[in-house]
Amino acid sequence: MPELPVHIPIPTVQQAVFGAVALMTAVAGITVVVARNLFYSALALVATLFGVAGIYVLLEAEFLAITQILVYVGAIATLITFAIMLTKGLMFGTNSPNSPHIFTVLSIALLLFLIVAGVVDRVPWAVSDDLAIPEGTFESMIADLGWEFVTTYGVALELIGLLLLIALVGAVLLARDDE
Amino acid sequence: MVPLQAYLVLAAFLFCTGLYGALVRRNAVAMLMAIELMLNAVNINLIAFWRYGPNRADLAGQVFAVFVIGVAAAEVAVGLALIIAIYRSRKTVYLDEMDLLQG
Repeated sequence: MPELPVHIPIPTVQQAVFGAVALMTAVAGITVVVARNLFYSALALVATLFGVAGIYVLLEAEFLAITQILVYVGAIATLITFAIMLTKGLMFGTNSPNSPHIFTVLSIALLLFLIVAGVVDRVPWAVSDDLAIPEGTFESMIADLGWEFVTTYGVALELIGLLLLIALVGAVLLARDDE
Repeated sequence: MVPLQAYLVLAAFLFCTGLYGALVRRNAVAMLMAIELMLNAVNINLIAFWRYGPNRADLAGQVFAVFVIGVAAAEVAVGLALIIAIYRSRKTVYLDEMDLLQG
């Protein structure tokens, strides 16, 4: 077989899957912010959240992936869809106009992305040499995570619970119809 | 193995998309959705640094991401309640028409 003039690296399965999931997430993310119909935006948001859950699976954080789908896709996306339906005239119709400063904002966002991507490219990240996770550590990892939540981060967990309780009671009070 | 930089660039892209949406959208619900994109981008970074960091036995990265998800849930609940309350009194969801406090 003749040697190819340019060496084209063949992606591994993991890299190929990452590429597909990342592309899907990015395209869905763009759809969220450009779709004129708000309902399409919400659907694209669900796709983006699923894509991010896929990224968590690739990073071997299964618990986070399940939490992401339960909380974001299950609860937050549903809540947003309800808000769209409750505010009349938003669901159908394409009346979702943008601010007049669209080009300023677009250039700010592009500039920020180029700066951050440039920094990411140049920084010598102290990546661990041994990235493999030994067999059979996932069960113990979720158990460890639960243990961390009730020991080291016990106070923070209680505070998050309190914050959620206050926020949800407050949300019900705010949204309640007074008549 | 996918390099760490790939995850960081994806997160940066999602964050900037969210920033663009949060600043350019006039609709309050659309702005909230863009903020969710930004929060998700931050979580990707937290998990990626945990996975590629020197000490994976330390689960602080995952714990932080769970807390971010919790705070995001609270933020969305209050945000949407505010939007519905304002919609009921002002009949608008456009951010530039919510100017009750403007002098």
